[in-house]
Parts: sequence; C-alpha cells; structure tokens
Amino acid sequence: MAAEIHYQTIATLAARLAAGELSAVELMQAVIDRTRAVDDRVRAFNSRDEADALAQAAASDARRSAGEAMGPLDGIPVALKDVIAVEGQPLTASSRMLADFVSPYDATVVKKLRQAGAVLWGRLNLDEFAMGSSTENSAFGATHNPWDLSRVPGGSSGGSAAALAAGEAIATLGSDTGGSIRQPAAFCGVVGLKPSYGLVSRYGLIAFASSLDQVGPFTRTVEDAAMLLQVLAGHDPLDSTSFTAEIPDYRAAVCAGPRSRRLGIPKEYFGAGLDPEVAAAVRAAIAFYAAQGWEIQEVSLPHTEFCLDTYYIIATAEASSNLARYDGIRYGHRSQSAGDVTELYEKSRAEGFGAEVKRRIILGTYVLSSGYYDAYYRRAQQVRTLIRSDFLRAYEQVDALLTPTSPMPAFRHGEKADPLAMYLCDIYTIGVNLAGLPAISIPGGFTQAGLPIGLQLIGRPFREAELLATARNYEQAHDWHQRRPNL
Amino acid sequence: MNYEAVIGLEVHVQIKTRSKMFTRVASGYGHEPNTLTDPVVLALPGVLPVMNKAALDAVIKAGLMLGCEIAPVCKWDRKQYFYPDSPKNYQISQYDQPICLGGAVEIELPGSARNVMGEHKSIPLTRIHLEEDVGKLNHGATDSLIDFNRAGTPLMEIVSEPALRSADEAFAYLTALRAIMVQGGISDCDMEKGQLRCDANISIRPVGQTTLGTKVELKNLNSISFVRDGIAHEIKRQMAVLARGGTIVQETRDYDGQTGASQSLRSKEMAHDYRYFPDPDLMPVQVDQAWKERLRAGCPELPFDRQRRYFTDFQLPYTLTSVLVWDRALAEYFEAAACAAGNDKAQAVGNWIVNDLLRELGQAGLALADSKVRPEQLAELVRLVDTGVLLTGAAKEVFVEMFATGEAPAAVARRRGLEAAPTDAGALEQWCREAIAGNDKARAEFKSGKDSAINAFKGPVMKAAKGKADPKAVDATLRRLLAGD
Amino acid sequence: MPGADELDIDHVAALARLALTPEEKSNFSRQLGGVLQHIEQLRKVDVTGVEPTAHAFPVVNVWADDVARPGLTTAAALRNAPAQRQNLVVVPKVVE
Ligand SMILES: [Mg+2]
Ligand SMILES: [Zn+2]
Repeated sequence: MAAEIHYQTIATLAARLAAGELSAVELMQAVIDRTRAVDDRVRAFNSRDEADALAQAAASDARRSAGEAMGPLDGIPVALKDVIAVEGQPLTASSRMLADFVSPYDATVVKKLRQAGAVLWGRLNLDEFAMGSSTENSAFGATHNPWDLSRVPGGSSGGSAAALAAGEAIATLGSDTGGSIRQPAAFCGVVGLKPSYGLVSRYGLIAFASSLDQVGPFTRTVEDAAMLLQVLAGHDPLDSTSFTAEIPDYRAAVCAGPRSRRLGIPKEYFGAGLDPEVAAAVRAAIAFYAAQGWEIQEVSLPHTEFCLDTYYIIATAEASSNLARYDGIRYGHRSQSAGDVTELYEKSRAEGFGAEVKRRIILGTYVLSSGYYDAYYRRAQQVRTLIRSDFLRAYEQVDALLTPTSPMPAFRHGEKADPLAMYLCDIYTIGVNLAGLPAISIPGGFTQAGLPIGLQLIGRPFREAELLATARNYEQAHDWHQRRPNL
Repeated sequence: MNYEAVIGLEVHVQIKTRSKMFTRVASGYGHEPNTLTDPVVLALPGVLPVMNKAALDAVIKAGLMLGCEIAPVCKWDRKQYFYPDSPKNYQISQYDQPICLGGAVEIELPGSARNVMGEHKSIPLTRIHLEEDVGKLNHGATDSLIDFNRAGTPLMEIVSEPALRSADEAFAYLTALRAIMVQGGISDCDMEKGQLRCDANISIRPVGQTTLGTKVELKNLNSISFVRDGIAHEIKRQMAVLARGGTIVQETRDYDGQTGASQSLRSKEMAHDYRYFPDPDLMPVQVDQAWKERLRAGCPELPFDRQRRYFTDFQLPYTLTSVLVWDRALAEYFEAAACAAGNDKAQAVGNWIVNDLLRELGQAGLALADSKVRPEQLAELVRLVDTGVLLTGAAKEVFVEMFATGEAPAAVARRRGLEAAPTDAGALEQWCREAIAGNDKARAEFKSGKDSAINAFKGPVMKAAKGKADPKAVDATLRRLLAGD
Repeated sequence: MPGADELDIDHVAALARLALTPEEKSNFSRQLGGVLQHIEQLRKVDVTGVEPTAHAFPVVNVWADDVARPGLTTAAALRNAPAQRQNLVVVPKVVE
C-alpha cells in the first residue's frame, strides 16, 4: 500500500523516519502542503504556525543525525484541539472570549509530546469551550466533514477528527466530556479513544466539566492509538485526579491480541432513534466477534435512560463554575462599554461567549442555585453512582461492551437547531464519562451515502490495553480505516 | 430594660507556608506587585489545584491546640461569587465538612488591678476550616488596581459560637487566639500585614432572652484594639437605636478605628447565593490517628496551662507569669534558666528576665533570639548573688556587661573587680555590735518579738561596710548577737 | 424536584454575570424549559441510601510537599491583561 505521506500511520512513519527513508521536515512539509490544499474547505484549524512546525521537524532531524536518543513520536506531526495549552501559542477554545489569549505555560500532555519528540502542529477547531456535538458552535466558523462537506464532523473535537480524516495531521488530540472524541471519530471515520478518567493528565486542558473531561488521541489505526496513549498516559502531580495506575506497554499488548473473549451487548443501546444503517453495522460487528469465537452476551445497563439528564446537570453545573474565571479582568475579552465592575463582568461575558455556552452556564448556575442543589446536583450525583454500578455489574459477566458510537451518521450543518435534539446525539457516549470508563470508537463501515459509521467498544477501568486489543481484532479483519474521503 | 450583647467572631488567619494553598509558587508579604503568581494563582485556562500538605498539617495542629475534633474525612467545596480579587471567581473552601469541629479558646478577663488575675472563661468554637486567600485591591480615584500576590495564600477560618458578651471578652479572645497561633508556629498573626483578620457579628437582646437579636456584621477591624473599640461602639449604637424606639437592621458595617465611627456598607443588591458544590478537581482529606498524634507531639503548651504550671511548680507571682507565658521563646528561656538555677530560684530568674533582660533587649532593639546572655549564664548570675559572691548592685552591673559581651558572669565580676570582699568576720561582728548598741528602741522591739525590727540595724552595718557586706552574713551575725544578748 | 417553570432567567443570569438580551432570555427560557422538563424524569429514580459520586475513582490525600517553585514573571503574568498600570491589573473602581 503506497498511501500518500499525509495519510500514513504513526507506526509506518516512525519506521520510515528511523530507516532514513524520509526526513521529519519532508513529512511536515507534506502535511503542510496537504493542509494548504484542503483546509479552506475543511476548516479544521483555528491557527497553525508552519515555520514553527518546520523548525521542530528540523530539530528532530538534527537529533536523529546527531545520533541522540529519539522519542517514540520523534518527527511525527500531532495537531491539538484548541483547548490544550502550549506555551507561547494561542489558546482560544474557539471562543471570542479567548480570541487573543496566548498561553504562558504548557499542558502536561504537551510536555509529554515534546519529550516524545512529536512535532506540535496547529490548533484545531471545536465547539466553543467543547460544548456541542457538531463543531458548529465555534466563534471562528464551523468545520466541515471531509466525507461530505455539507455535513458536520461531529463535536466537540470536530477539528481534530476532520483534520485527521483529511490528511492534515498524522494524529491529533481531542478531549472527551460526553463523547467529544468518540462521536467525531465516528462521523469522520477515524479511531478516537477516550481513556479512563484520570489516566491522562488534565493539567493544561481548558476545563468544561472537571469530573468528566479526559484528553485522548485521534489516530488512523488502533496501533497508533496505543503508541500515542503510551506517551500521554501516566500520573501527573499537577492533576490531583490523575490516577497512579501502572502503565503497561500498550503497543505490545495490542499486537499480542485480547486475552479474554467475552463481549457484552447492552440492550438499552439499541432503542428507538438508532439509525438502521448504524444498527446494521453494529450487528455485523457482533456477528464478526461471534464468528471469531467470542462469547456474546446481552447485558442490561438499566439506568441508561437517565444518563442524559444526569450528564446535563453535572456537566453544566461544573461548567458554570469552571467558566466563571472568564471575566475580562486578568485576560480574555473585556467589554469596552462597562461603567462599573458588575457591568464589566456581565457585558464581557455576554460579548465573549456564544449562545450554547451561555445556555449551559445558565442551566448550570440554576441547578446549583439556592434551594435547588439537592433536587438537581446531589440527585444527579446519586444517579451517577447507579449508572456506574450498572457498568461494573456488567463487567462481572463480560470484558468489554460493544455499542454504536452515535445513533446516527454525520448530519447536515444546521440540521439540529434544537438544543435537546443535539444533546440526544450523545446518548451512547455519555454513560462512559459518568462511569469514568475507557472507550474507543473505530471505523465500522459506511452508509449507502458513503458516510462513516463508528463502533464503540467500552472497556474496564484502566484496562486500555485489553480494550485496544479487542478493537484491533475487528480492525485487522476490515479495511474501513484504509478508505479515504474524496477531497 | 437591661440588654446584653451577643458576639460571635470570624477570624481569618493566614498560614505560614513556603508555597500557596493549591499551587507551589511562593507565598509571602511585601513583595513587588504580581511577582508571586503562576498560572494557578491567576486562574489561567486549564490549570488545576493541588493541596499543600504543610497547610493541612498547620490547621490540624491548630485544631488540636484548641481542642477541636478533627474530622476523619473532609472535602473541598467551591464558594462562588464574582469579585475582581478572586481570580477563579470562586474560592476553594470547606462548606459542610470542615476539617475541625468544636473546640474552645480560654480567655482571661481584665482583673481588678494589673497584678490581679482576672476571671477565666472558655469560648466555644463552631468550626475551623481551610481555604485560600484572595488578591489585594487598591482603590484609586477613578479605578481599582489588583495585586494577586496574596491570592491563594493558605487561610484558616476560625468561627466562634456567639458566646462572647462584651468588647473586653472579644479583645481577650483575640489576644489568646493570636498567642496560640503564634506559639504553635501556625502564623505570625501580624494584623497590619493582614495575617490575622477579624469580622464580628454583634446583636443585643434583653437579659434573660434566649433567642438572638438582629445581628450586624462589623468588618475591617484591623487591629485588636480596633476590634474592642468597634464592638463597644456597635453595642452602644444598637442600645441607642433601641432606646429611641427604633429597630436594628441586619447589615454590614465598616468601623473606622481612626475616627471611632462606623457606617453602613452599601448593601448588596442581591442576597448571597454562593452555589457551593464539591470541588471536582480535589480529592478528600482523610486524617488518621497516627497523623494526629504526630502533630500533637509538636503542639506547644497553651499559655494558660503554662501559667498554671508556673504557679504550682515555681510559685511565680501572677505579674511575672503574665509577662512570661505570652511569649513562647521567653517562657522557654525562663524554663531553661530556672532549670539550671533550681526551682527555688525561679522567681529570681523570672525577675532578672522581666526586669533586666527585657529592658536591655528593648533598649538595644533586639529580639530574645539575639541575646548573648544564655539561660545558663543567667542562672549562674543568680547563683553568684545567692551565695553572696555578688551583691545586688554589682550583679546589675555584671548583667549589663554580660548582655553586651556574652561573657560568663564570674569572668565579668572578676575582670571588673565587682566581687563582694571576702567578709572579715571580725570586722562584720564589730559593725553589728555597734549598730545594735546604737539603737535601743529597735533592740527592745526585736526582743519583744517584732522580727522586722532587725532591719533597722542593717543600714548602719552596710554603711560601715561601704556596701560590700553579704546581706545574708549581716542578717545571720545580727541574729546571733541579738540572741546571745 | 422543582418544576421546569421555576427557572427565573433574570435572577440566574445575574448570578452568572451574563447580560442577556431580551431575545436570549426568551429563547433560553423556552429551550431550557424543555431540557428541565426532560430532566424531571430523574424523579423516577429511587436514590434512597445511594451515596453521591463526586469522583469516578476516588482516592484520598492527594497533595504536594510545601516547596516553593518559581512562578511567572510579572510580564508573563500580565501579558494577557486587558488593562494594566504599574504592574497591577486595572478594573473600574470597585465600590464595596
Ligand atoms: Mg474575580
Ligand atoms: Zn473565609
């Protein structure tokens, strides 16, 4: 297979760089050329600094020729969702509020990428402050799905998924609070992994909902996801919620294959509203695993119907608090028409935030306000406990769960105008965040119209190695991940 | 009608740590503006808090000293309000699960005279919790300027029950609390530096009524004296309002210590709704027995406990104890010297410290730690006086010299020739005989049982000895002669 | 659980320090009314005796030793400030 450089995998490119077949600068230039050719249509990037990326690539080449120790991602261009802080670079969260903000510090994942030798490439579009499922809620314009430019790439990490699908990066990072990595991965036909809560540091990730957010990789293959996760995972003393789990060798585990073969199918994930083509793809995947000798069991996650409400209470409550710091005082947009400090807050925030962000701040503020805490937030935290125990109980019988990632394939821009309709896009992904579990979306076929379909595999806490191995089992027998959009 | 005041105090104490409560940039006072910040202090996008172990140690230690129950588990909550000095627009604090519960502060009310011990009371505490300080706003003519150096400093909030009844009690409470915090090494409690800040909730009610009256919150009380004056003023103001037939309005008032007047702060348009919820970025704190015991071992004796021990162990008078026990270093200096000199000479040691050492330190503008006179040297000086080697006047001169040079007292006395002349027993007996012979009246009085009459002979003997006689030898010789008389 | 019609948009917007336009107020009230109505189904869940989950994987005593490390230079700290003077951040005069 002689794919164009910009569509090759980390695994292939790392080997070619090591063999001297290709330089990091040539690789970066190929990615830049591709980006220049397609991004006016895809609009995945908020900002990119070609000279800086080429300089990083040249530094990688210099290390290699000097015989210095090379990192596992040395010379590989990785682009970042624009919610991850890079010292000296813009950090906007696709918000007017942060249109001019330049971060004076690096996120922990950025430090880790630098140590691994990766070339940090460009800042990718998203739904403002990661609030949305379509990347239409960006102050800087919507991103387009490379498979059909009239459709959304999903969200909130739409730029991360679209850039990868369009060959504008070799891998990207996103963040997932309620499906924001998995759903765009599904819509764009790439691999998207949401790690267990606490596996990857959140330090330097702009917070949406602190108890749900995780950073994770978008890659072309499961093996690439393993390689990138290896770099990202691990305890961070700057994140008090970062877990001290032992980090296994993910790539080795993935190549060794899954150790257990019990797959659960949660019956609640196949209800009304599930697109028939998506349902068919998932059923085909179930049949595939069965044919491979997996034991397939139907399981029940009885509190699934409450996930959406639980999620919207917890996520908006935490967001209303996390976004209080955007006040135009120390940084960020400041209204020019404010007479006093109260007006400064009210007008700066009104001018700086878009409609979806305001809507969620209002909801989150309301559910925490005096007299409502017990009825909303506390109750949601209790239901969260029940949702979590549903999953843990299922794992007494099975080792992984297989579900659709999204009830439908990529929809058209403007199609979901009603917030509740948009929120319903996340019904299969949010339970995972509430329970803190790892989950991956992998390409699982295409619709008649040529739109990618995503399969979601959900694993046990901190058993990413097993989850990735399970995902790769399917990937190796299918070629969905090798198809490219016609751009 | 007779009214009584009901006062509760909320005291904020900054904890003395190297770094801030939730990030590791330096904490400090008096630095150039905005030099003690980092991304966490400024609440930049993406940052996360990590708690400071030393601040937890400090608040648990404070709780142990005040007899609080230390919660086995406590958590962190966000207290949400918008204010320009609060970078996140929420303060990380503790709402329904504070780290310390209950406890009490022992206070002493003013006695009938300076040298008379006053009544003691125990003021119960509601809770102590840990939180973070905010930045500092400087108000200009047309705008306000913010320095974030103070933001994020570990802060302890100590809440008393509404159990104080007067401005004097509030003063005594703060005095005792401050001493305990300083002696425990928790804080320097310098009110001018904002290291200790106090808000008072004050209401009055008819004596005998058990429900509370409408409370007024008094803010910006920035010295302990201002707290006393402000509370006294507020009680008077409320009494006057009621005497006029008015009603007390619940409000926050600002007391100006310079003018002695208070004014209502513009009432907030909106009632506070802090929307507390558990901070998802921080994990709970679990305090086990071993941790508590480790900290308990480092807790100093409380001032009033020390004072009671000085009464029983050393028979010190109240006036001496009330100087010594409020300064931990001074008390420890005293104990070291008293131990070296022997418990029966503790009072003499105490006198030297309170009268001479403190005077010299004060004149030299030095702290006790700078003193060249070591406790053992002071004990040695006391012993030289006691054995008659040095007479009181000479000893005072020796002390001044010791203070300046750090030399041993015997060495100073020898070098300066200040030792009492080895008393010629014959000469002393002669002077005593002459003195007795020269005062028949005193002699008769002594014979008839008035022991103090003996003092009348001592002046003439000392005069004859040109001051260089050992008073003990003089006393003994006089008694021997009078007895055999 | 309180009813969806209880959302007092003016009060909540004031708490959140958001100056909403009349149009936003009516849109949000309507849209969030729908969301809150949906949320009312949580009432169906029996949560008696259920501990709330604050963290998916709770641990205790996550702290750091008290070591002071260098922070931001004043220039870096104020670089994004919309208004500053004499190394201080400027805001309209705050009246207490
Ligand atoms: Mg503020
Ligand atoms: Zn406080």
